[in-house]
Amino acid sequence: MASTSSTGAAVPPRPTRPRRAVWGERGIELLIYASGVSAIVFILAILFFIFREAAPVLFSDRFSLTQFLFSTEWYPTSVSNVRYGTLALSAGTLAVTVLAMILAVPFGVGGAVFLSQFCGPRLRETLKIIIELLAAIPSVVWGFIGLTVMSRLIVTYTGAPVGVNVLNGGIILALMSVPIIVSIGEDALKAVPDSYVEAALALGVTRWQLVFRVLLPAARHGLLAAVLLGVGRAIGETMAVLMATGHAVQIPHGILDSVRTLTANIAAELGEAPAGSEHYQVLFLTGVLLFAITMLVNLAADLIIRGARARK
Amino acid sequence: MSPPPVTPVSARFTRTPLVVRKERQQAAVRLVLLAMAVLMVLPLLAIISHLIIQAWPALSWEFLVDVPRRGMTEGGIWPALVGTVYLVVISLAVSAPIGVLAAIYLNEYARDNWFTRAINLAVISLAGVPSIVHALFGLGAFVYAARFGYSILAASLTLAIMTLPVIIASTREALAAVPAAFREACWNVGATRWQTIRAIVLPNSISGILTGVILQVSRAAGETAPILFTGAVFFKAVQRGDLFPYRLTDQCMALSMHLYTVSTQVPNVREAIPWATAVVLLGAVLAVNAAAIALRVWLRNRKRW
Amino acid sequence: MMGHPVSGTRPDRPTWAIAATALLAALAVLAACGGGGPQSQTTTIQNKGSDTMVNVAQAWAEAYKLAAPAVDVEVSGGGSGVGIAALIRGTVDIATSSRNMKPEEIEQARRHTGQTPKEIIVGYDALAVYVHKSNPLEAVSNEQLAEIFGEGGATVNWAQLGVAIPGVTDDTIVRVSRQSSSGTYEFFRDHVLGKRDFKLGSRDMNGSKEVVELVGSTPTAIGYSGMGYATPAVKMLRISPKTGEEPVAPSVENTLNKSYPLARSLQLYTLGEPQGAVKAYVAWILSDAGQQILAESGYVPLPPEQRRQ
Repeated sequence: MASTSSTGAAVPPRPTRPRRAVWGERGIELLIYASGVSAIVFILAILFFIFREAAPVLFSDRFSLTQFLFSTEWYPTSVSNVRYGTLALSAGTLAVTVLAMILAVPFGVGGAVFLSQFCGPRLRETLKIIIELLAAIPSVVWGFIGLTVMSRLIVTYTGAPVGVNVLNGGIILALMSVPIIVSIGEDALKAVPDSYVEAALALGVTRWQLVFRVLLPAARHGLLAAVLLGVGRAIGETMAVLMATGHAVQIPHGILDSVRTLTANIAAELGEAPAGSEHYQVLFLTGVLLFAITMLVNLAADLIIRGARARK
Repeated sequence: MSPPPVTPVSARFTRTPLVVRKERQQAAVRLVLLAMAVLMVLPLLAIISHLIIQAWPALSWEFLVDVPRRGMTEGGIWPALVGTVYLVVISLAVSAPIGVLAAIYLNEYARDNWFTRAINLAVISLAGVPSIVHALFGLGAFVYAARFGYSILAASLTLAIMTLPVIIASTREALAAVPAAFREACWNVGATRWQTIRAIVLPNSISGILTGVILQVSRAAGETAPILFTGAVFFKAVQRGDLFPYRLTDQCMALSMHLYTVSTQVPNVREAIPWATAVVLLGAVLAVNAAAIALRVWLRNRKRW
Repeated sequence: MMGHPVSGTRPDRPTWAIAATALLAALAVLAACGGGGPQSQTTTIQNKGSDTMVNVAQAWAEAYKLAAPAVDVEVSGGGSGVGIAALIRGTVDIATSSRNMKPEEIEQARRHTGQTPKEIIVGYDALAVYVHKSNPLEAVSNEQLAEIFGEGGATVNWAQLGVAIPGVTDDTIVRVSRQSSSGTYEFFRDHVLGKRDFKLGSRDMNGSKEVVELVGSTPTAIGYSGMGYATPAVKMLRISPKTGEEPVAPSVENTLNKSYPLARSLQLYTLGEPQGAVKAYVAWILSDAGQQILAESGYVPLPPEQRRQ
């Protein structure tokens, strides 16, 4: 600043600020930069720490990655023959997630269409608030509802021997994913250019045709992203499935079988695995697997959303 | 953007069979979608009313301020309630400043280059990390590597990292809603970037920022998995109504964890107690959310541009 | 302070104030937590381990707060193995365990902390086998249990045991077990299955209570848990050590005279001889008051001659 003012007498000197203010500002901006990169730091830290705890077992000769991924036998504390196969757990996660999506996608997309096309502003605001509240219910409360209310209903109406099973977990997860699908889906529908709608209306279409021939096709990328985010939520959900799916390590043959998911398995056994033991390391490895799966799903959703935005 | 009310012009003149069919079809679709929407709303009402009915015998002021008694089968939830407040306050005291500053960086400072894109990617990835993976991270990083042990500190920091990406996203949205013209006007009178942020951008977006932070209060209060292995205990002996029963290095009880333990671990617990715990947790979370929504609506209506 | 170049456009000043106040309040609370108010003269005893004992440990902690208000006891479950592992690392004061420490664990503890773990038996527990109350079965042998629960075991239907459960069409046995590495799971595996593994597909519940609740709501279920967890909806089976031998019911006497085959001791471990507050706490647990609580929680208290140590 001093150099600027010394260049010529014609230029009036710039008003200077007190040194403390300048340094204060620099300090704040430094903090801002530091916080700006925090997300990168934390995501790398998460990757580093869970990988660090998991790494020793990867290089142990008693451990086989093929067995880890493709065996259904999960015997982490066996006396005679320790086996770490997570296929049954992955199957549990898959079964619950697929069922949840079968239930949640029609409702989620239907809800999004209803919100954006078929209701007045007042009803829309009310519904959106309710959906937001639905999304706020903690997962442990959902799990509790699954364990108590839902399991009794399932035993009564399906005759299943045990009420905590794939169906229970699927319904609970569907209820948890619907709000995400509705709110992201509604955004996607809102992003369809007005000109499309106007052109269609000018041709005399019904609302029904407008939705199915114009809006849904035009918003399909955004809707797909909404569904993927719902999938990500369903895969990563822990407490609700821990309490509602019945803790059985097996490949389910029907929706009334109990299963255990990857997340529930970590929650159930991490407390029991002495730190640093092989079992503990394998649980961290399961965490790495989960991290990878959810990250792929979420990034795919993000790519689709941004791809859709870029096309416009 | 919802289209103008559709009263087909032709209908005013003739109701041809085609028009009638169209109208019926439309009414049917509306009905089906309305049913779907109602089916989404119904669970919330059903759940809340069922919970309250089941919990009613145990719900009282005593239940809130009393400690668990007779092997947690009776008494109240005071230590869990206070523990949750500790975890929420400390985790947000960490994540809110970092999150807001990070959003300021992304929205006000960052240029559109690969580095910014990397940060955005990191924020999205961080938001998608499952809560149980946060728990693994908290255990590996804070409990063991940083030697905090099982403690409120470790649990709060784990929660802080979990809430961070959402705070960044919501703050960014609030900042982005401030019209660029406001900033330009400020720069043109010679203000620096930070002066502009402080005097123009933040005051005009503080409502949105606060809403985002408040919403994370309820999220942090409701999460169980991240604290399960980092600092929440089954039980801790605490004086009834004691406001400061924990130190940062202590472990604490928490409402979400308490609901899990009384519903799955404690035998012969009084019927209504798990339900009442669920009602308190749900009530707190929904009240905080409703407050945030009310704040948002109120401030939106006050907005002058 | 910096200037406000455009003071004309400063809406929401009150909100600013609210925000600042909120932040200050948060910091104040934080400081209060960190500063440690009145509780700084209290002692904290960390107690971790067995899920079987977590309820009695909790009841002790609760009652001890009244007996000695200056001592806070923190209780966490996790499992016997976790309590012992934490003791080896020296991060807890007391590890509760429903199994004995293995020699290599004792050796590890010596190496890590330089102290020898001290075992204190505080009571006994009978591991009961539960079925639904409508199940006509009254007694079962160890071998039959192994066939039901063990890997490769042939029993999958109640009909194979000659049992017809009223009002049920599908009589497939619903096996209810515990998650691997809980002390109860290991005990059952070691004493019933002869160290073989469990059949996969059992419901491996996270706590003893969940086992009993699931059995209580499922007519075709069978499960195992401490006898303190019994509810009116379930029935405890008598167990014969070998087929043909007289079945024994889980009870206080049969546990103490060791005739019940699935009885086990419950113990605390401390690093070295307990000192100070921990010593007083352990003495209190072994006193009549502590033993009374143990009995109320559904376990078998020490006989009087064993209480003074």
